[in-house]
Amino acid sequence: MISDTPLPRVDWIATQRKWLGSDRSAAFATVLLLAIALPCLLAPVFAPYDPSAQPDIIGLRSIAPSLLHPFGTDQSSRDILSRVIYGGRLSLTVAIVATLVSVTIGTVYGAVAGFLDGVGGTLLQRILDALLSIPRLLLLIAIFAAWNNAPLPVFILALGLTGWYGLARLVRGQVLALKAQDFVQSARALGATRSRILTRHILPNVVSQVVVAATLGIGHVIVLEAGLSYLGIGVHPPDASWGNIIQEGSDQIAAHWWISFFPGIAIVLTVMAFNVIGDALLRALQPRKSVIE
Amino acid sequence: MSQPLLSVQNLSTFFHTEAGLARAVDGVSFDVNAGETLGIVGESGCGKSVTALSILRLIQQPGRIEAGSRIEFEGKDLVTLDDAAMRDIRGNRISMIFQEPMSALNPVFTVGDQVAEVARVHGKGSRRDAWNRAVEMLTLTGIPSPEERAKQYPHQLSGGMRQRVLIAMALMMTPALIIADEPTTALDVTIQAQILDLLKGLQTKLGTSILMITHDLGVIAETTSRVLVMYGGEIVEEADVQVLFASAHHPYTEGLMHAMPQITDSRERLNVIPGTVPPPTAWPSGCRFRDRCPYAWEKCEKEHPPLYQIDQGHTSRCHLAVEPDRRAHPHVPLVEQVGATL
Repeated sequence: MISDTPLPRVDWIATQRKWLGSDRSAAFATVLLLAIALPCLLAPVFAPYDPSAQPDIIGLRSIAPSLLHPFGTDQSSRDILSRVIYGGRLSLTVAIVATLVSVTIGTVYGAVAGFLDGVGGTLLQRILDALLSIPRLLLLIAIFAAWNNAPLPVFILALGLTGWYGLARLVRGQVLALKAQDFVQSARALGATRSRILTRHILPNVVSQVVVAATLGIGHVIVLEAGLSYLGIGVHPPDASWGNIIQEGSDQIAAHWWISFFPGIAIVLTVMAFNVIGDALLRALQPRKSVIE
Repeated sequence: MSQPLLSVQNLSTFFHTEAGLARAVDGVSFDVNAGETLGIVGESGCGKSVTALSILRLIQQPGRIEAGSRIEFEGKDLVTLDDAAMRDIRGNRISMIFQEPMSALNPVFTVGDQVAEVARVHGKGSRRDAWNRAVEMLTLTGIPSPEERAKQYPHQLSGGMRQRVLIAMALMMTPALIIADEPTTALDVTIQAQILDLLKGLQTKLGTSILMITHDLGVIAETTSRVLVMYGGEIVEEADVQVLFASAHHPYTEGLMHAMPQITDSRERLNVIPGTVPPPTAWPSGCRFRDRCPYAWEKCEKEHPPLYQIDQGHTSRCHLAVEPDRRAHPHVPLVEQVGATL
């Protein structure tokens, strides 16, 4: 009959203890992420200056990192540290909200596509195949080339709406496998409706994969947002985001390296932290794999 | 006798596969009376599980319950009932105990939650009431310290305890009929005996009817009062349990009896019925058992045997009923001859 191996149960506390306790890289990445994200999310408390203030456009113009301005200033005398902190708040917010949008859509779509039998499920899968064949970056560039100066919520929504296909496919595969399990059949035999089986018996068993995908997805969206802002679409000045600070410093990188350097480091460290945490979660949630390691 | 609780008439469940039409259950009729335990035996692939799933309408594509089948239960025909009404019956009036307690429970919820879910699905009482009733049912099935056990997850319980949880789920709504599909196959014999005793005890206490599906004649002898023997998607013999064990009529039932290990038997090898069940897409013409049967003759090839009345309440689908002398001259069955020349 069907395999009698129970699926790994997700015990979040034990999982956390496991990877924080035994996985040094994950513990380090978590601390690093907190060290970056906390000041960003509490930007007004941590930033030493107003990120848009131009106190002395002649005297404080493009000065190298010093005690007063640890990350230096740009050509308009704005403090880079404050801009990186405020930019981080925006970049992280964009990434998290966009990922929430894509995870929600991807999970729902994948679950329905996997759960429906017959023509409905096949149709949804074919639509997904078609969407997966559109390159995300080119689509986004095309959208914002057509819609100049799109407001920020539209930008976030566009990132979210183009980022759910991979997760939908992952969830669909999981749901297909779970649907054939005996506990789903026994739930039917208890008289449970299809929506109840889906929400109560299938989705809870998919949660762990979704959390991993979301963690890795946030890192991906940070890079994407930075890339788009660098290209001048996405977050527009005077709003600071990591991408557009890099862009502002890019034409003078030889003379005033610090303008682009510090937001660049922030992106690298943040994305790396998200990826390490995502991988560690994946390992912790697949007990059989980690035994082998 | 009064009206039967469940009356299955001419049930046919066919699977429309690419390999052809698989007639998994082919014209099966039987009754289950209130408070009775009816057994269905047969080897793998004879259609006993499909019969059980058909009653609850849990047959999935490409399977279909064919027109002309009737499953009457408490005055309703389950074959034509709409989905909502069917859900109302599942787990409520008829419940099912599955054979694999490891995979019939959801790994991410506590067992108490899952037992309580039955009451919540059927909209009876509050969350609190459902939980209390779940604990009560777990107590009834003899789980020690049920309150703590209810808060545990399936992987924290042993196989026997998980089976008790499934029984507790089946009992939640005090159903009129419990279908037990090989409820003890995944368990060792000691636990098997405990579970069977438990089912028997609960049945006398609650007056529930049980449809016991198994391939184990020991389980049949232990628990049932009447037995259906299935072969090739058909009922080949029906009798009271004592009659069946004392004087089985059908050669297949006879073969099953001989294949049972005897505690007094000193021989090293078990008797077997030669060959295997033919695929349901290609039943042989005439009698479906003929090429494995030691008595088969020409008539068995030409004529599909009807269910002959052997005695009061005892029927058998074998031409030997009208030509009993042929039983005295067994021969080597067809499949064994073919096997020898290969």
